[in-house]
Amino acid sequence: MLRRLLVAMALAGFAVALVYVAPTKAQGQAARASSGAATYKAPRLPDGHPDFQGFWNNTTYTPLERPKGIDREFFTQEEVVEQMKRAAAEEAEQTTPGTVADVHYDFTQFGLDRSQAPVALNLRTSLIVDPPDGHLPPMTEEGKRLNAARAEARKRAGAITDAVQNQPLSVRCILMDRDGPPMLAGAYNNNYQIVQNPGTVMILVEMLHSPRIIPLDARPPLPQQVRQLEGSSRGRWDGDTLVIETTNFTDMFMFAAQGASADMKLTERFTRVSDDTLMYRFTVDDPKVWTRPWTAEVPWKKSIGPIFEHACHEGNYSLTNLLRGAREDEKRAREAKPASK
Amino acid sequence: MQTWLGRALIAAVGVSTAVALSLTAAGQTRAYRAPRTSDGKPNLNGVYQAITEAYWDIEPHSAAPGPVQELGASFATAGGVGITDGPLPYKPEALVKKKDNYANRLKLDPEIKCYLPGTPRGMYIPYPFQIVQTPTYIMIVSSYARAVRTIYMTDHKEAPADSWMGWSNGHWEGETLVVDTTGFNDLSWFDRAGNFHSDQLHVVERITATDADHLSYEATIEDPQTFTRPWKIALPIYRRVEKNAQLLEFNCIPFVEDLIYGHLRKPSSSN
Repeated sequence: MLRRLLVAMALAGFAVALVYVAPTKAQGQAARASSGAATYKAPRLPDGHPDFQGFWNNTTYTPLERPKGIDREFFTQEEVVEQMKRAAAEEAEQTTPGTVADVHYDFTQFGLDRSQAPVALNLRTSLIVDPPDGHLPPMTEEGKRLNAARAEARKRAGAITDAVQNQPLSVRCILMDRDGPPMLAGAYNNNYQIVQNPGTVMILVEMLHSPRIIPLDARPPLPQQVRQLEGSSRGRWDGDTLVIETTNFTDMFMFAAQGASADMKLTERFTRVSDDTLMYRFTVDDPKVWTRPWTAEVPWKKSIGPIFEHACHEGNYSLTNLLRGAREDEKRAREAKPASK
Repeated sequence: MQTWLGRALIAAVGVSTAVALSLTAAGQTRAYRAPRTSDGKPNLNGVYQAITEAYWDIEPHSAAPGPVQELGASFATAGGVGITDGPLPYKPEALVKKKDNYANRLKLDPEIKCYLPGTPRGMYIPYPFQIVQTPTYIMIVSSYARAVRTIYMTDHKEAPADSWMGWSNGHWEGETLVVDTTGFNDLSWFDRAGNFHSDQLHVVERITATDADHLSYEATIEDPQTFTRPWKIALPIYRRVEKNAQLLEFNCIPFVEDLIYGHLRKPSSSN
């Protein structure tokens, strides 16, 4: 009951809590993202660079790719508010009270669901802004082969309950599906803390307590042989925009789910466009897989801290239970067979 | 005249601070004034690593075979003089548990399972860590298991819940960063020898730069459920001075999955 009331209150708060980030046609998305909002001047650090420090949340209801049947770049504000209310109501009703799913996966109980998170209003119909049709570009022949081989390897490995390695990286607490980089929102834990000092930006990702420490001193990238799940990031300032370039990925990192290869080059751009909005724009350049680079944009909304330790692997009893349950089912099936004959 | 007197007083205070520092910074005979950050505090930014055998055992110990025979000398225990200020004052029942931990360390040591190292273990585990310092937050990030400590410098709070790395409130005492950490769970260890604590652990660390490339690290450990009195550790910590020193990813979960979940693999499964 209290839970439903809280959800209702959160829904009522949508209209006033949203940050309006849709551009006017005249501003133009590219100009806005690369040089910041025309009139807004971000607070400064002692070294003169823009201050992005604090807690941010990138929760979104906007899909990466434009949904089928939509051929517009933007919804109206009324349409988006309506969609968000509907999605929040569905999240609130996602489980039956008193069931196992209710205990484990009802995010609304602990304020984890999107409707109780700070959400920047995004009028875009897709996060992808380029290609302009809001879809991933066509795959190259090599990209198709790479992804077919991955699918084949997964099939050969058997059911996801056969071995821990068959489970997705997120279930194993290694890397969340969307926690990247690039950093996209998942269903919950979409908080980030940015700290800055001369020469370093650190982004603490709440999900899996992942610390991204980004040097700004123009040092060379890591040797090609050194591969990392989260790549190797180097940052620099382009006017008031923080630009982070990341390479040296592995073949098992999260964006492989979209089809990317280990040779992907990622360019992220952060621009503070208002006191409570940080515009996050990223470009994926992976010529092995896609016929052209593509770009997406997500507004991050100012949030409140602190971020608490997310010890996912240490408390991963559900992974043990998943595998143990499967072995137990097999045992029972074996025992039941002779009796049924 | 007044100005001169003022300067003399400041100098006098400075000298007495320096004398105090020279007494507290382990192994140092003269005070060192670290370079400053924009807010006038000692600048501790950088990549560091402890060089010590204490990660095997924080108490004095001889070299010994490692717990895995197949790894021979490459995972044998290096001898060390210890970083403690005397024998650990375990309560009798806690000492029994410590001995049991040691005997079963291959099964019980959280490091073997890639679990978060806890505090202070994360400071002298054999991996580099990085200090990212700002006036309001000082982050200490270990390469190992990407363990993160957030030290709250201005917004001091009580720990909202228990955690592996603890909840840290910090302040400056002259050249020294003092960090008070509580809110621990009872799951981390101090070393590979099974030295352990309860969720009543309270750690007060004193971190002081002793020259451009060294930190003096001291910690007072208090845990009335496990120990009869507080005790201390002290060790130097070294800056990684190589050009472009940086933390590399050590996401060790994939390395331990067969160890933790291997017995639950489907027998016919091939990968």
